[in-house]
Amino acid sequence: MTAWVGTVERTRAGIWLFFVSEVFLFGALLGMRFNLWGNTRPDLDQRLGLLVTAILLASSFFMYLAESAVAHGRRVVFLLSTLVTASLGIAFLVGVVGFEWSGHLQPTDGVYGSVFFAMTGLHALHVASGVLFIAYIGIKGLRGRYTSAEHFGVEACAIYWHFIDVVWVFLYPALYLMGTAVQA
Amino acid sequence: MSTHRGFVRHGAHGWSDYFTFNTDHKVIGVQYLVSTLLFFLYAGLLALVIRFELLDPAPTLNANTYNAAFTLHGSVMIFLFVIPVMAGFANYLIPLMIGANDMAFPRLNALSFWLLMLGGLVIVSGNFLGPADTGWTAYAPLSLQAPDGQTLWAIGVIIIGTSSTMGGINFLVTIGTLRAPGLTLGRLPLFCWGMIATSLMVVLATPVLTTAMALLVLERVAGMTFFAAAGGGDPLSWQNLFWFYSHPAVYIMILPAMGLISEILPVFSRKPIFGYRAIAASSMAIAILGFLVWAHHMFTTGMDPSVQTAFMVTSMIIAVPTGVKIFNWIGTMWGGVLDLRTPMLFAIGFIGMFVIGGLSGITLGSVPVDTHVHDSYYVVGHLHYVLFGGSVLAIFGAFYFWFPKITGKMYDERLGKLHFWLTIVGFTLTFFPMHWLGLQGMPRRVVAYAEQFQQTNQLVSLGALILALGVLPFLYNMIVSWTRGAQASSNPWSALTLEWQTSSPPPIGNFDTPPVVTNGPYDYGESLSPREAAAD
Repeated sequence: MTAWVGTVERTRAGIWLFFVSEVFLFGALLGMRFNLWGNTRPDLDQRLGLLVTAILLASSFFMYLAESAVAHGRRVVFLLSTLVTASLGIAFLVGVVGFEWSGHLQPTDGVYGSVFFAMTGLHALHVASGVLFIAYIGIKGLRGRYTSAEHFGVEACAIYWHFIDVVWVFLYPALYLMGTAVQA
Repeated sequence: MSTHRGFVRHGAHGWSDYFTFNTDHKVIGVQYLVSTLLFFLYAGLLALVIRFELLDPAPTLNANTYNAAFTLHGSVMIFLFVIPVMAGFANYLIPLMIGANDMAFPRLNALSFWLLMLGGLVIVSGNFLGPADTGWTAYAPLSLQAPDGQTLWAIGVIIIGTSSTMGGINFLVTIGTLRAPGLTLGRLPLFCWGMIATSLMVVLATPVLTTAMALLVLERVAGMTFFAAAGGGDPLSWQNLFWFYSHPAVYIMILPAMGLISEILPVFSRKPIFGYRAIAASSMAIAILGFLVWAHHMFTTGMDPSVQTAFMVTSMIIAVPTGVKIFNWIGTMWGGVLDLRTPMLFAIGFIGMFVIGGLSGITLGSVPVDTHVHDSYYVVGHLHYVLFGGSVLAIFGAFYFWFPKITGKMYDERLGKLHFWLTIVGFTLTFFPMHWLGLQGMPRRVVAYAEQFQQTNQLVSLGALILALGVLPFLYNMIVSWTRGAQASSNPWSALTLEWQTSSPPPIGNFDTPPVVTNGPYDYGESLSPREAAAD
């Protein structure tokens, strides 16, 4: 009746505004990191940090593969790629929550532990929700709900996943690389 | 009518629909307006408790009770009345003003409202756990030592902030994508421009408040360290995070009000708005500048003088776009055929009171003055001039102006005028003497004060009583006119914006024939008063 822009365009605009808002959510935490840690950082497991970062970056490649596969109607590639993406996401969570969180640095260890757990915790919540989102599109794909023309759910999931990945690209150096390591 | 799966009952068919998860923007608008008005009454009663305590220099109430009263007064007024009541007007009016059937995301919209109710419940229920008593600013480390209610307070603010952010995204996408054919950005009603600027600030600033509140909760319940200097934390970082949101929040509360005023003034002046583009652009300028001034709340924290100067300059610059608006409103009335109905009286009252609040704001933005009056009653006087004299007067005016559209009934003009005059007299008696108290050195947020301030404080309390009495004819008018008022026509003010071009109240789906826009929102060709226009 009115000049409707398609639902997809509207939802896409809404999602991007949501990302803008998320940038400020994480940005405030980054501000806290630079304020409280200054030119120092806690002594963390560098190999683990590099490994989980590589895993998350690799997962974005498979997410992209899943999205282009569904656009070309290649169902098997789509399903396999979502499976790989979700598995890499879970591997990232195991690395951060399972191993790094049970290291020597704990949330009650002053500003180093507090900021580290706040930042990785908020990010891990996003990764976990992203894995659930991937599982959701995987199940819908398994039931054949997506076509090469209509698969906005996959697109939304993919840009959310890439966004989480980009956030980590900023968190990783702030937590693991910048400044000199001190024993917390 | 929209056909969202699972939401068959869509729109208001009876009063019980207002208590459901309804996705119709008009139902949600009324839900917001009525519930936030109830929160206004609650916080207003708390203000009377505060003014009762301050009748006497010695403490009458327990000091903790007093602290909890002003904390809850400020928090509820800001988070549960002024900010969300604007979302109420925006929900009701924006789809109508732009010729749409509904908001862009109707289910998200309903979720925003119910989250607001949940957040309000969480904040108010904190009273039973030992209430938050640190003021609405909750400065650390004081807020780390406050009773358990402070934790619920912070969680409630997070929930309300989430609701607010979802609303902001919804308004932006709605205005961006659902405008009727011909409704270019240059023909957008100025309230919509105000909400664009407001929503941008909401989307960018609210998450920072969310982070601050989440860290406060973690520090209080999980033994973490962010703000307590004792553990290596930084109390000032609370102030930075808090004001990074809360100064923009000042504009989140005033820009929609300025939009409401810009709708009312041309209608009752029977003239095109003066300087349409300047008003729209100044809203956007304030939205951008509003992010660059937050540290002026922290001039006395020992910051570097060069930083002080920078924030002083940015704060003063805000006065320029604000002044542009004031002169444009005066230009709109200039030479017009003024019709002094209740909404117009409140709009003119807004301009006068807001100018005073703006000027006291400029003095506070000046470092040397602020050093002397920081945390004094001068600040309390200033903030009430902009928030009550500004935002709330505009809200009252808007309630009267759109009452016929929303309810389909006319309000009582005499009761409306009684409300206005009681409000202006009570308001001035309440808040103007606060400037004197502050200049003489009376600190804010204290339960006991020096005896020489007693007479002025009693005058202030008398004003508060008159202000409260003024609310009674308003409530009576709203309730009785809604149930027994005279039938309102679809366009009782002969206004040109789209919401008046459909029936009162509008049908589900808003417009029987799709509107096509061919002219601007305020193209009043000749100076006809509404009465004359009706006689034609």
